[in-house]
Amino acid sequence: MKTIRIIPRLDIKGPNLVKGIHLEGLRVLGKPSDFAKFYYENGADELLFMDVVASLYDRNSLHDIISQTAENIFIPITVGGGLRTLDDIKQVLRAGADKVSLNTAAIKNPKVIEQAALRFGSSTIVVAIEAIKQEGGKYFCFTDNGREYTGVEVVDWAKKVQDLGAGEIIITSVDREGTGRGFDEELINEIASNVSVPLIVHGGAGKKEHFKEVIENCNIDAVSTAGVLHYDFIKNNRGDMSGASEGNFDFLLSGRSVKNLKTTTIKELKAYLSEGNINVR
Amino acid sequence: MSRTTKVSIIDYGIGNLFSVLKACEYVGMNPEITNNSKVIESSDAVILPGVGAFKDAMINLEKLDLVKPIIDFADSGKPMMGVCLGMQLLLTESEEFGSTKGLGIFQGVCKKFPIINPLNNEKVKVPQITWNNITVPDGINCFKENTPLNGINNNEHMYFVHSFYADSVKEEEVLSTTNYGGVEYCSSLNKNNIFAFQFHPEKSGQEGLKIYRNFKDIINKTNESRK
Repeated sequence: MKTIRIIPRLDIKGPNLVKGIHLEGLRVLGKPSDFAKFYYENGADELLFMDVVASLYDRNSLHDIISQTAENIFIPITVGGGLRTLDDIKQVLRAGADKVSLNTAAIKNPKVIEQAALRFGSSTIVVAIEAIKQEGGKYFCFTDNGREYTGVEVVDWAKKVQDLGAGEIIITSVDREGTGRGFDEELINEIASNVSVPLIVHGGAGKKEHFKEVIENCNIDAVSTAGVLHYDFIKNNRGDMSGASEGNFDFLLSGRSVKNLKTTTIKELKAYLSEGNINVR
Repeated sequence: MSRTTKVSIIDYGIGNLFSVLKACEYVGMNPEITNNSKVIESSDAVILPGVGAFKDAMINLEKLDLVKPIIDFADSGKPMMGVCLGMQLLLTESEEFGSTKGLGIFQGVCKKFPIINPLNNEKVKVPQITWNNITVPDGINCFKENTPLNGINNNEHMYFVHSFYADSVKEEEVLSTTNYGGVEYCSSLNKNNIFAFQFHPEKSGQEGLKIYRNFKDIINKTNESRK
């Protein structure tokens, strides 16, 4: 029986960990290193860092955060956001990442997947697909965190990136992301039935039951999640952000909690999945 | 001043050596990334890491004149550890791209995972990219003492990334086995002071770090006995 990976997703904007809804309206939640350390110790199988504004501004601000993390966190680290060239990928791997996630650059120039897979190995190259359902019920790929319509259909693209040598695919349902309404199983199954590379699903988890449902109903390998874990962590760990300048701190300062999510720790989530006969580490 | 555990991490231009370096430092070894045969010869232990293609790796090792230094080091009795592709390179040969000769330190052949599971005819995802169990070989109660797996629980999860696995190995050299895609294969090997792991201990959390700690203890013990 395969082991399902639980992968916390850390969206990064400048020096901060942020969280949005539909990948927008970003709230600052704290320091990325505090979250990374907690998740590592709490049983995360891998960490996914996304520089959510890098592809807008052409900047790679993640290197420092990655090399700090890799000093004392010994699980796989995947990094995405704004990586365009083979040299960008090399720099991130040098900083301590094990895998990179490509979206915008890959859609603009699919050859980069092939070149990167040849140079760094397929298992190092993850392609992120951000999907939004369009009128007529078809799913299309978006880039720049769900902002740019590409006209590329998700299933066609998933098959193509597999052929080009992508080692894994992360599917994000932008429609569900940050809503807590559960995973988009229709979208996931459309892709799962057409490719054979490992699939990581992301977007929509609002409670433990959602994880169990998507694992039981879809042929997937890993679940990536942010909100249900982040909002649980900050219940007890509102970091000192007094020196910080960039970003929207209103939520953190208000002391409010989120209403659409039943938050959990990774440990609790894994215990729940194990009880349901799902194999986790 | 107490003697430090000087470990050469062999750099042959392939793969990410950063995490191996960090894991060594984290458990208190004194690692150096090198392709200098003098440095390798004078170190207390050697780690052969690696991710990527077998053939490219062998070509690079030959170009850098590292084949003989590695084999000599293995014969010296000082501790040596191969990780992932570094384990595969220690075998006799690989079936990746036809047939490529390996370092031949362990008997064995690298084979590709089947794309169809022979037991249930389901599709197998290759490469294997996941956490999977390492199991004590039949007929033994727990992982062997005096190896880096000492004290690790049977069926502990470790992190694997690979498309090829070690086949036709000597039974008495198998340190652990793992199941994937309907194949039960050898996921770690040991003879004398030479250890090889198909998974990445440096990416396997606290339990993986135990392997590095145990390796350090083995190096220190070896140093003591060679005084």
